[in-house]
Amino acid sequence: MASVDTTTNAGQLLAAASGGRRRLGDRVFSRTAVLAAVTILALLAGVAIFLLSEGYPALTAAASELPEGKTFLDYVAPLAFGTVLAAALAALIAVPLAVAAALFITHVAPPRMALTLGYLVDLLAAIPSIIYGLWGIFVLGPKMVPVMKWLEAKLGFIPFFDGPASVTGRTMLVAGLVLAVMILPIVSAVAREAFAQTPRRLREGAQALGATRWETIRMTVLPFGRSSVISGAMLGLGRALGETMAVTIILSVSGAVTFNLISQANPSTIAANIALDFPESSGLAINALIATGLVLFAITLITNMGARWIIARQEGE
Amino acid sequence: MESSVQSLGQSAPSRLLAGGLGTRRRIVNIVMTALIAGAFVLAMLPLFSLVFEVAKRGIPGLSADFFTTDARGAVGGAGGASHAIMGTLIITGVATVISVPIGIMAAIYLNEYGAGRLRRALTFFVDVMTGIPSIVAGLFAYALFEIFFGPGIRLGVMGSVALSLLVIPIVIRSAEEVLKIVPDHLREASYALGTPKWKTITKIVLPTAFAGLVTGVMIAIARIVGETAPLLVTTGVVDSMNTDPFNGRMQNLAVYAYNEYRSPGVMKQAAYDKAWAAALTLIAIVMILNVAARLVYRRYKTEIR
Repeated sequence: MASVDTTTNAGQLLAAASGGRRRLGDRVFSRTAVLAAVTILALLAGVAIFLLSEGYPALTAAASELPEGKTFLDYVAPLAFGTVLAAALAALIAVPLAVAAALFITHVAPPRMALTLGYLVDLLAAIPSIIYGLWGIFVLGPKMVPVMKWLEAKLGFIPFFDGPASVTGRTMLVAGLVLAVMILPIVSAVAREAFAQTPRRLREGAQALGATRWETIRMTVLPFGRSSVISGAMLGLGRALGETMAVTIILSVSGAVTFNLISQANPSTIAANIALDFPESSGLAINALIATGLVLFAITLITNMGARWIIARQEGE
Repeated sequence: MESSVQSLGQSAPSRLLAGGLGTRRRIVNIVMTALIAGAFVLAMLPLFSLVFEVAKRGIPGLSADFFTTDARGAVGGAGGASHAIMGTLIITGVATVISVPIGIMAAIYLNEYGAGRLRRALTFFVDVMTGIPSIVAGLFAYALFEIFFGPGIRLGVMGSVALSLLVIPIVIRSAEEVLKIVPDHLREASYALGTPKWKTITKIVLPTAFAGLVTGVMIAIARIVGETAPLLVTTGVVDSMNTDPFNGRMQNLAVYAYNEYRSPGVMKQAAYDKAWAAALTLIAIVMILNVAARLVYRRYKTEIR
C-alpha cells in the first residue's frame, strides 16, 4: 500500500508541475470518481429515507385502516416469525452441506478437479429464484409428500412434524429445503476460500504426526476456517431472509404462527407477503407493505453487518 | 481441539511404530471421507435435477410463436412471450446503462483515488448494499417514483432503477478486484513519462483491465437478468409489447413465468408449458452470459509480465 501512495504522490506532483490543462483533466476525472462514490452513498441513504417516508403512514395509522384490521406490529409480527423460521431452517440444512462440499473441493477431491467442481457449486447461485420456485412446487414438493407423511407417522411427537402432513408439498419444510439449495453456494464459497488458505505447515505437521485425512481436516482445516464458516452462514442467512419468489410460489400461507413444518397452514414471510399482496393493493395497504419491507431491510442489515464484523475481526488478527 | 492434538501427539507415533493405523481411526477416516463426498453429491443433486427438469418441461412450450408473438387478446393457450423477452432485454439494458458507469467510476475511486473516511464508508456500504433483499430494492424504486408520479405507478425504468441498486455493488466488487491486479509498475512507468493521472487511468489502467471489467459486468448482469420480485412491484404485468421504458407497464420473462404459473386460466397445461419455456429461456440467457464472459476473458485478457 505504501508504494502505491508514493507513486500516486509522484504522479500528482509531475502532473501538477506540467501545465493547467492537464490539471483540469485530473480535476474533472477525480471529481467524477468522487461523485460516483457519493452517489452510491446517497442512493443507500435514499433507500432508507424513501422506505421510511412511504412506510411511516402505516406505522401511525389506526388498526381499522390497515390490512386485516390489525395494528402494524400485530400485522408484521407473524410475518417476521415466518421469515426467521424459513431462513433459520434453510441455514440449518445448508450450512453442514455447504461446509462438506467446501471440504470435498479443497481437501478430498483431486486438486486439478477443484476449479471445475467449484464452478459447478457456483452455478447454483446463477439460477434465477423464479426457477427455484417452479422447481420447488412442481418437482421437489410432490417428491417430499411421502417423506412428510413418514415424518408425521414416525416423528409426529416432535412439534416440528406434528402434521397433518400436506398432500401438495406446499410446506415450510419444502420452502426451507429450496432456500437451503439457494444459499448453499454463498456459504460454500466463503468456506472454500478459508479452507483453501489453511497454512500448509499446519496440514503437513498433522500429516507428519501420522494423522489421517479426516484427522487433518478436523484438527487443522476446520478450526482454521471456523469463523469464516460462521460469517458465511450469516451471509447465507441474510440471503434466505430476503429471498422472495421461491417462498411466494411454494408456501401455502394461512397466517398461522406455528413451528409445524409439514402442514398446509404456514406463516407467510415478509418478502412473500409483499410479492403476493403488493400488485393488488392500494392506499394505506401499500404503505403497510413498504413498512414491512423496512422491517425486512433492518433484519437483513443486522445479520449482514454481523457477518461482516466477524470477517473484519478475523482479518484484523 | 487442544486435547485432541495432544492425544494424537501421544498416540500416533507409538501406533506408527507399531506398524500402522488403528482400526478405529482408519474406519472413522473412511466414514468421514465418504460422508463429505456424499454431502457434495447430495448438494449437487438439485442442480442436475433442476437443469434436467427445466429442459424437459421447457422444450414443449418453445415454438416460433413463443418468440415472435405477444399475449394480447390471446385465448385458449395461444400467444407468445415476445413482449416479455423484449421487456427483459430493455429493463436489463437500461439497468446496465445506469449501473456500469457508476459502478466502474466508484471502483476507480476505491482503487486509484480513495482515502480516508469516504473510502472506508464506501467499502462498508457496498458490503451493506450486496445484502439488500431484492424485493426491498423494488419497494425503494416504487417509493421513489410514487413521490413524483403518484400511487400505482408502473414503468419499465422503475424496474431498471431497482435492478441497478442490486447490480451496482456486484459491479464495484468485481471491477475493484480487476483494477487491483493491474501492476503498479505500469502506473509508475506512465507517471515517469509525465502522463497525468487521469490519462494514466484511462489509457493504461483501464485498457489493461478491460477484459476483466467486461467479464465482471457480464457476470453481474447475469445475476439480475432473472430477477422477479423487484419487477413484480415496479414494472407490473401486461400482455402486449411495450418498448418504451418511460411509458406504461412492461412485461419481462421472470414475471411472465410467475404469472403463467399463478394465473394459468382455463388451459392450465398450456400456461404451465409457457412458464417453463420462459424459465428455460432465462436459464439460456444466464448461461450464454456466463460462458460469453469467460470467452471474452480468455480471448482479450492482457498478458501481464
